Amino acid sequence: MIGIEHYIVVSAILFVLGVLGIFLNRKNIIVILMAIELILLSVNINLVAFSSFLGDMVGQVFAMFVLTVAAGEAAVGLAILVIYFRGRGTIAVDDVDRLKG
Amino acid sequence: MIQTLAFYLFAALVIASAVMVIMARNPVHSVLWLILAFFNAAGLMVLTGAEFIAALLVIVYVGAVAVLFLFVVMMLDIDFAELRAGFVKNFPLGILIALVLAAELIFGIGAYQAGRLDLGVASGAAAPILDASNTASLGAVLYRDYLFLFEAAGVILLVAMVGAIVLTHRQRPDGARGQQNISKQVRRKPDEATVMKQPGVGEGVEL
Repeated sequence: MIGIEHYIVVSAILFVLGVLGIFLNRKNIIVILMAIELILLSVNINLVAFSSFLGDMVGQVFAMFVLTVAAGEAAVGLAILVIYFRGRGTIAVDDVDRLKG
Repeated sequence: MIQTLAFYLFAALVIASAVMVIMARNPVHSVLWLILAFFNAAGLMVLTGAEFIAALLVIVYVGAVAVLFLFVVMMLDIDFAELRAGFVKNFPLGILIALVLAAELIFGIGAYQAGRLDLGVASGAAAPILDASNTASLGAVLYRDYLFLFEAAGVILLVAMVGAIVLTHRQRPDGARGQQNISKQVRRKPDEATVMKQPGVGEGVEL
Protein backbone atom coordinates (compact mmCIF):
# COMPACT_ATOMS: atom_id res chain seq x y z
CA MET A 1 0.00 0.00 0.00
CA ILE A 2 1.27 3.42 -0.93
CA GLY A 3 1.60 5.67 2.10
CA ILE A 4 1.34 9.41 2.25
CA GLU A 5 5.15 9.69 2.49
CA HIS A 6 5.46 8.54 -1.12
CA TYR A 7 3.20 11.31 -2.31
CA ILE A 8 5.07 13.88 -0.23
CA VAL A 9 8.40 12.76 -1.70
CA VAL A 10 7.06 13.03 -5.26
CA SER A 11 5.68 16.45 -4.48
CA ALA A 12 8.97 17.57 -2.91
CA ILE A 13 10.94 16.42 -5.94
CA LEU A 14 8.55 18.24 -8.23
CA PHE A 15 8.87 21.41 -6.16
CA VAL A 16 12.66 21.25 -6.27
CA LEU A 17 12.57 20.72 -10.03
CA GLY A 18 10.40 23.81 -10.38
CA VAL A 19 12.84 25.92 -8.37
CA LEU A 20 15.75 24.48 -10.35
CA GLY A 21 13.94 25.38 -13.56
CA ILE A 22 13.70 29.00 -12.47
CA PHE A 23 17.43 29.07 -11.79
CA LEU A 24 18.50 27.30 -14.96
CA ASN A 25 16.34 29.23 -17.40
CA ARG A 26 16.90 32.57 -15.80
CA LYS A 27 16.58 34.47 -19.07
CA ASN A 28 13.55 32.80 -20.58
CA ILE A 29 10.43 34.05 -18.87
CA ILE A 30 8.16 31.50 -20.57
CA VAL A 31 10.05 28.59 -19.05
CA ILE A 32 10.06 30.44 -15.71
CA LEU A 33 6.26 30.61 -15.86
CA MET A 34 6.14 26.90 -16.67
CA ALA A 35 8.41 26.17 -13.70
CA ILE A 36 5.99 28.13 -11.50
CA GLU A 37 3.19 25.93 -12.83
CA LEU A 38 5.23 22.88 -11.80
CA ILE A 39 5.64 24.31 -8.29
CA LEU A 40 1.89 24.90 -8.01
CA LEU A 41 1.28 21.37 -9.27
CA SER A 42 3.47 19.96 -6.52
CA VAL A 43 1.53 22.00 -3.97
CA ASN A 44 -1.68 20.58 -5.36
CA ILE A 45 -0.42 17.00 -5.11
CA ASN A 46 0.49 17.67 -1.48
CA LEU A 47 -2.92 19.15 -0.67
CA VAL A 48 -4.84 16.37 -2.35
CA ALA A 49 -2.71 13.60 -0.80
CA PHE A 50 -3.13 14.97 2.71
CA SER A 51 -6.81 15.57 2.09
CA SER A 52 -7.57 12.02 1.08
CA PHE A 53 -5.33 10.34 3.67
CA LEU A 54 -6.87 12.46 6.42
CA GLY A 55 -10.41 11.95 5.18
CA ASP A 56 -11.12 15.66 5.04
CA MET A 57 -12.37 17.34 1.86
CA VAL A 58 -11.07 20.81 2.72
CA GLY A 59 -7.70 20.05 1.17
CA GLN A 60 -9.33 19.34 -2.17
CA VAL A 61 -11.33 22.56 -1.96
CA PHE A 62 -8.08 24.42 -1.42
CA ALA A 63 -6.49 22.57 -4.32
CA MET A 64 -9.30 23.95 -6.45
CA PHE A 65 -8.53 27.48 -5.31
CA VAL A 66 -4.84 26.98 -6.04
CA LEU A 67 -5.88 25.83 -9.52
CA THR A 68 -7.97 28.99 -9.97
CA VAL A 69 -5.14 31.27 -8.96
CA ALA A 70 -2.70 29.37 -11.17
CA ALA A 71 -4.97 29.80 -14.19
CA GLY A 72 -5.41 33.53 -13.53
CA GLU A 73 -1.70 33.99 -12.98
CA ALA A 74 -0.84 32.24 -16.23
CA ALA A 75 -3.37 34.33 -18.18
CA VAL A 76 -2.21 37.69 -16.81
CA GLY A 77 1.47 36.74 -16.93
CA LEU A 78 1.28 35.69 -20.56
CA ALA A 79 -0.71 38.83 -21.44
CA ILE A 80 2.01 40.99 -19.91
CA LEU A 81 4.58 38.93 -21.79
CA VAL A 82 2.78 39.49 -25.09
CA ILE A 83 2.50 43.26 -24.71
CA TYR A 84 6.09 43.47 -23.53
CA PHE A 85 7.26 41.58 -26.59
CA ARG A 86 5.13 43.83 -28.81
CA GLY A 87 6.80 46.95 -27.46
CA ARG A 88 10.39 45.80 -27.11
CA GLY A 89 10.82 42.79 -29.39
CA THR A 90 12.50 40.74 -26.68
CA ILE A 91 11.48 38.86 -23.57
CA ALA A 92 14.92 38.39 -22.02
CA VAL A 93 14.49 38.93 -18.30
CA ASP A 94 17.70 40.96 -18.07
CA ASP A 95 16.34 43.56 -20.49
CA VAL A 96 13.18 44.20 -18.51
CA ASP A 97 14.28 47.41 -16.83
CA ARG A 98 11.73 49.95 -17.97
CA LEU A 99 10.73 50.88 -14.44
CA LYS A 100 14.39 51.50 -13.53
CA GLY A 101 13.93 49.59 -10.30
CA MET B 1 -0.28 -4.49 -6.26
CA ILE B 2 -1.63 -2.81 -9.36
CA GLN B 3 -2.05 0.34 -7.30
CA THR B 4 1.61 0.31 -6.27
CA LEU B 5 2.65 -0.29 -9.85
CA ALA B 6 0.47 2.56 -11.09
CA PHE B 7 1.81 4.88 -8.42
CA TYR B 8 5.41 4.25 -9.36
CA LEU B 9 4.61 4.57 -13.06
CA PHE B 10 2.84 7.91 -12.61
CA ALA B 11 5.42 9.21 -10.14
CA ALA B 12 8.37 8.29 -12.37
CA LEU B 13 6.71 9.80 -15.43
CA VAL B 14 5.73 13.02 -13.69
CA ILE B 15 9.27 13.54 -12.43
CA ALA B 16 10.86 12.61 -15.76
CA SER B 17 8.61 14.98 -17.67
CA ALA B 18 9.24 17.75 -15.13
CA VAL B 19 12.96 17.30 -15.76
CA MET B 20 12.32 17.56 -19.49
CA VAL B 21 10.23 20.73 -18.99
CA ILE B 22 13.17 22.58 -17.50
CA MET B 23 15.84 20.98 -19.68
CA ALA B 24 14.25 21.03 -23.15
CA ARG B 25 15.99 23.27 -25.67
CA ASN B 26 12.82 24.30 -27.41
CA PRO B 27 10.04 25.88 -25.30
CA VAL B 28 7.42 24.17 -27.48
CA HIS B 29 8.83 20.84 -26.32
CA SER B 30 8.76 22.21 -22.78
CA VAL B 31 5.04 22.86 -23.06
CA LEU B 32 4.40 19.38 -24.43
CA TRP B 33 6.36 17.80 -21.57
CA LEU B 34 4.38 20.01 -19.18
CA ILE B 35 1.17 18.52 -20.59
CA LEU B 36 2.54 15.02 -19.96
CA ALA B 37 3.45 16.02 -16.41
CA PHE B 38 -0.10 17.29 -15.80
CA PHE B 39 -1.63 14.08 -17.13
CA ASN B 40 0.51 11.96 -14.83
CA ALA B 41 -0.20 14.20 -11.85
CA ALA B 42 -3.89 13.70 -12.61
CA GLY B 43 -3.23 9.97 -12.53
CA LEU B 44 -1.62 10.32 -9.11
CA MET B 45 -4.66 12.19 -7.87
CA VAL B 46 -7.00 9.51 -9.18
CA LEU B 47 -4.96 6.99 -7.17
CA THR B 48 -5.63 8.93 -3.96
CA GLY B 49 -9.34 8.98 -4.76
CA ALA B 50 -9.61 12.64 -5.71
CA GLU B 51 -11.10 12.11 -9.13
CA PHE B 52 -12.75 15.52 -9.42
CA ILE B 53 -9.48 17.38 -8.88
CA ALA B 54 -7.88 15.03 -11.40
CA ALA B 55 -10.55 15.85 -13.98
CA LEU B 56 -10.17 19.54 -13.20
CA LEU B 57 -6.42 19.26 -13.66
CA VAL B 58 -6.84 17.76 -17.11
CA ILE B 59 -9.53 20.24 -18.15
CA VAL B 60 -8.02 23.42 -16.73
CA TYR B 61 -4.31 22.78 -17.00
CA VAL B 62 -4.09 20.70 -20.14
CA GLY B 63 -7.11 22.20 -21.86
CA ALA B 64 -6.56 25.84 -21.03
CA VAL B 65 -3.26 26.79 -19.43
CA ALA B 66 -0.97 24.56 -21.48
CA VAL B 67 -2.70 25.53 -24.71
CA LEU B 68 -2.36 29.19 -23.71
CA PHE B 69 1.36 28.64 -23.23
CA LEU B 70 1.55 26.88 -26.57
CA PHE B 71 -0.20 29.79 -28.31
CA VAL B 72 2.11 32.37 -26.78
CA VAL B 73 5.27 30.37 -27.49
CA MET B 74 4.27 29.86 -31.10
CA MET B 75 2.97 33.40 -31.64
CA LEU B 76 6.07 35.26 -30.50
CA ASP B 77 9.07 35.24 -32.76
CA ILE B 78 11.80 34.79 -30.19
CA ASP B 79 15.42 33.76 -30.57
CA PHE B 80 15.43 31.02 -27.97
CA ALA B 81 19.08 30.15 -28.49
CA GLU B 82 20.05 33.56 -27.18
CA LEU B 83 17.84 33.12 -24.13
CA ARG B 84 19.64 29.89 -23.32
CA ALA B 85 23.02 31.56 -23.17
CA GLY B 86 23.34 31.52 -19.38
CA PHE B 87 22.18 27.93 -19.01
CA VAL B 88 25.57 26.32 -18.48
CA LYS B 89 26.80 29.19 -16.32
CA ASN B 90 23.78 28.96 -14.02
CA PHE B 91 23.89 25.19 -13.86
CA PRO B 92 26.22 24.63 -10.84
CA LEU B 93 24.53 27.26 -8.69
CA GLY B 94 21.08 26.00 -9.64
CA ILE B 95 21.99 22.39 -8.86
CA LEU B 96 23.54 23.48 -5.55
CA ILE B 97 20.44 25.37 -4.47
CA ALA B 98 18.17 22.56 -5.65
CA LEU B 99 20.21 20.03 -3.67
CA VAL B 100 20.08 22.17 -0.54
CA LEU B 101 16.32 22.56 -0.95
CA ALA B 102 15.83 18.85 -1.60
CA ALA B 103 17.95 17.98 1.44
CA GLU B 104 15.86 20.29 3.58
CA LEU B 105 12.61 18.81 2.30
CA ILE B 106 13.81 15.23 2.80
CA PHE B 107 15.10 16.17 6.25
CA GLY B 108 11.68 17.57 7.09
CA ILE B 109 9.93 14.45 5.85
CA GLY B 110 12.41 12.27 7.76
CA ALA B 111 11.75 14.24 10.94
CA TYR B 112 8.06 13.82 10.32
CA GLN B 113 8.47 10.06 10.07
CA ALA B 114 10.94 9.69 12.94
CA GLY B 115 8.85 11.67 15.37
CA ARG B 116 5.77 9.57 14.61
CA LEU B 117 3.65 12.66 14.46
CA ASP B 118 0.28 11.34 13.51
CA LEU B 119 -1.84 13.20 11.04
CA GLY B 120 -4.27 14.16 13.74
CA VAL B 121 -7.94 13.52 13.49
CA ALA B 122 -10.09 15.33 11.01
CA SER B 123 -12.78 17.40 12.64
CA GLY B 124 -15.36 15.41 10.75
CA ALA B 125 -17.09 18.56 9.59
CA ALA B 126 -15.73 18.07 6.09
CA ALA B 127 -15.48 14.30 5.96
CA PRO B 128 -16.31 12.68 2.64
CA ILE B 129 -19.90 11.52 2.46
CA LEU B 130 -20.25 7.75 2.68
CA ASP B 131 -21.62 6.07 -0.43
CA ALA B 132 -21.26 9.28 -2.41
CA SER B 133 -18.70 9.96 -5.11
CA ASN B 134 -15.75 12.22 -4.52
CA THR B 135 -17.39 14.87 -6.67
CA ALA B 136 -20.59 14.85 -4.58
CA SER B 137 -18.63 15.10 -1.33
CA LEU B 138 -16.50 17.92 -2.68
CA GLY B 139 -19.57 19.77 -3.91
CA ALA B 140 -21.26 19.41 -0.53
CA VAL B 141 -18.30 20.92 1.30
CA LEU B 142 -17.70 23.57 -1.34
CA TYR B 143 -21.23 24.89 -1.48
CA ARG B 144 -21.88 24.58 2.25
CA ASP B 145 -18.75 25.95 3.92
CA TYR B 146 -16.81 27.68 1.17
CA LEU B 147 -19.51 29.36 -0.87
CA PHE B 148 -18.12 32.87 -0.51
CA LEU B 149 -14.58 31.73 -1.26
CA PHE B 150 -15.93 29.92 -4.29
CA GLU B 151 -17.56 33.10 -5.55
CA ALA B 152 -14.40 35.04 -4.77
CA ALA B 153 -12.54 32.54 -6.95
CA GLY B 154 -15.02 33.34 -9.71
CA VAL B 155 -14.32 37.04 -9.29
CA ILE B 156 -10.58 36.37 -9.46
CA LEU B 157 -11.05 34.56 -12.75
CA LEU B 158 -13.22 37.40 -14.07
CA VAL B 159 -10.64 40.01 -13.10
CA ALA B 160 -7.86 37.93 -14.66
CA MET B 161 -9.87 37.61 -17.87
CA VAL B 162 -10.67 41.33 -18.03
CA GLY B 163 -7.05 42.15 -17.22
CA ALA B 164 -5.69 39.90 -19.94
CA ILE B 165 -8.09 41.36 -22.51
CA VAL B 166 -7.40 44.97 -21.51
CA LEU B 167 -3.65 44.39 -21.55
CA THR B 168 -3.49 42.82 -24.96
CA HIS B 169 -6.28 44.75 -26.67
CA ARG B 170 -5.04 47.00 -29.44
CA GLN B 171 -7.12 49.93 -30.64
CA ARG B 172 -7.31 49.65 -34.40
CA PRO B 173 -7.22 52.78 -36.54
CA ASP B 174 -10.60 54.12 -37.67
CA GLY B 175 -12.04 52.37 -40.67
CA ALA B 176 -9.84 49.31 -40.27
CA ARG B 177 -11.39 45.94 -40.77
CA GLY B 178 -12.86 44.60 -37.58
CA GLN B 179 -13.35 48.07 -36.16
CA GLN B 180 -16.39 48.25 -33.91
CA ASN B 181 -18.45 51.35 -33.35
CA ILE B 182 -20.19 50.53 -30.12
CA SER B 183 -22.54 53.54 -30.03
CA LYS B 184 -23.60 52.91 -33.61
CA GLN B 185 -24.34 49.30 -32.79
CA VAL B 186 -26.34 50.28 -29.73
CA ARG B 187 -28.30 52.96 -31.59
CA ARG B 188 -29.38 50.52 -34.29
CA LYS B 189 -33.13 49.92 -34.42
CA PRO B 190 -34.84 46.72 -35.55
CA ASP B 191 -36.72 48.33 -38.44
CA GLU B 192 -33.59 49.72 -40.11
CA ALA B 193 -31.70 46.47 -39.73
CA THR B 194 -34.21 43.82 -40.77
CA VAL B 195 -36.89 43.58 -43.42
CA MET B 196 -39.82 41.22 -43.35
CA LYS B 197 -40.54 39.47 -46.64
CA GLN B 198 -42.93 36.76 -47.52
CA PRO B 199 -41.81 35.25 -50.78
CA GLY B 200 -43.97 32.72 -52.55
CA VAL B 201 -42.75 29.20 -52.95
CA GLY B 202 -39.93 28.94 -55.50
CA GLU B 203 -39.72 32.69 -56.16
CA GLY B 204 -36.78 33.66 -54.04
CA VAL B 205 -36.05 37.03 -52.49
CA GLU B 206 -34.70 40.17 -54.11
CA LEU B 207 -32.53 42.16 -51.78
